Amino acid sequence: MSLRLLSVIGLATFFGLWTLIALSGLVQPQFLPTPSAVAQEFFRLMREPFVGYTLQTHLASSLGRFAMGFGLAVAIGVPLGLAMGWFRTLDAIVTPLFDALRFVAPIAWVPFAALWFGTGIGGPVLVIFTGAFPPCVINAYRGAKFVEPRFIEAARMLGVGNVRMVTEVLLPASVPSIVAGLRISAGLGWQSLIGAELIVASSGIGYLMVKGQSNISTAIVMSGMIAIGVVGVAIDVALRALQARIERHRQ
Amino acid sequence: MPTVTAFLMSEVMTLWLFAVTPTRFPAPREVWEALRQIAVTGYADARLHGHILHSVKLVLMGFAVAVATGVPLGLAMGWSRRTEALVNPAFLLIRPIPPLAWIPLAIVWLGLGDAAKVLVIWFAAFVPSVINSYAGVRAIEPHMLEAARMLGIGRWTLVREVLVPGAAPMIFTGLRLSLQACWTTLVAGELIGAAAGLGRVLSQGALDIFPAMILVGMVGVAFAGGVMTWALGWVELRAMPWRR
Repeated sequence: MSLRLLSVIGLATFFGLWTLIALSGLVQPQFLPTPSAVAQEFFRLMREPFVGYTLQTHLASSLGRFAMGFGLAVAIGVPLGLAMGWFRTLDAIVTPLFDALRFVAPIAWVPFAALWFGTGIGGPVLVIFTGAFPPCVINAYRGAKFVEPRFIEAARMLGVGNVRMVTEVLLPASVPSIVAGLRISAGLGWQSLIGAELIVASSGIGYLMVKGQSNISTAIVMSGMIAIGVVGVAIDVALRALQARIERHRQ
Repeated sequence: MPTVTAFLMSEVMTLWLFAVTPTRFPAPREVWEALRQIAVTGYADARLHGHILHSVKLVLMGFAVAVATGVPLGLAMGWSRRTEALVNPAFLLIRPIPPLAWIPLAIVWLGLGDAAKVLVIWFAAFVPSVINSYAGVRAIEPHMLEAARMLGIGRWTLVREVLVPGAAPMIFTGLRLSLQACWTTLVAGELIGAAAGLGRVLSQGALDIFPAMILVGMVGVAFAGGVMTWALGWVELRAMPWRR
């Protein structure tokens, strides 16, 4: 049997079993709707507002928070990681603090985030930041540490100072490592955003899912899961394209 | 370098002692009192060790189920192209959904009790277990498999003596990622609603606007997560003595 046929059979079994169980009456439709009912709900949410906004508006407010938290993490994390890779004193100062904080799951910051920055934009942005920050620092640091020593020696011979060493030698040399870190960072940030919105928020895709949950509407919850999955994949595809373009450029 | 670190740590401690506003961030004395309160008289319906044990128990249950289901599936997908073709498309549909996004679904299905949490932890750990076991089998050098085939060993011997040891380093990488995912997911689940556990301490602390207790809860989360990661590293060394 050809492999492609097996793949089709696999998918058909997945959706077939789901539909069968949903239609069998063993489970109430509000707990397990059929796949087509979920699709209908998804498109209905795009037309009619639910808890204030349509699906697209919820997604837009989630993406806005994500862009702010992720942008902050990149803007602070990458320079910090590069500088830690060059200045040993900074490395010795920051690494122990960083290692201690890294063990705290990003989601555990939610209560403090809400207390310090409120539940509108600031709180969720802090949670995304704590999720997206570590990979930015770690990958920039590793990139800077593994720059070929002859580049550094050559730059030293030419009398390059500390600042230019970081911006003109370490940064370009560690771009591949940094971009690889951005992909991990974006994934963790997106996931932390969902967590933050499930707990504290008044709009956004996580909020939509919580409201769907309290209305006991599995179709709404599943629509939210689909939207989260699709946007997560889209973010990763965009960063992968960036990565491929940089690889091509360097060759 | 250690002197620099020690100096900085003492600076941070002094700053914390004297400069930070007590309402938004707790002073060390308040944290110590909160720690004593939760350890001795209890907070949010249980004492500290009760909360920690409750969280750890749920993580271990979900993690064990995920390993028992995910690793064999990953090994099978890595070994047989047919299994891969059959399972992979459905797996690829589910994979992009982050573990935390399963929480509302689990609550709709199973309520706010422990069962919903174990279900979500299972989902969280399942995906990394499968992917890494699969990649581990694919990373085994072909001549090892050919040699095994030449020797005419049986199917189970092959799995036990070649596939599992060959894929073990990647499997353990997957387990480490799984464990982290489990822990994050559980804390999120408990923050949303739970009868006990470290997430419950955090959410109760937030409700009572009790920053010192929130900090104690966060330290508890970091501590228990750290201990479990360390324990897994210990198991890894025991399981793969040849890697030492």
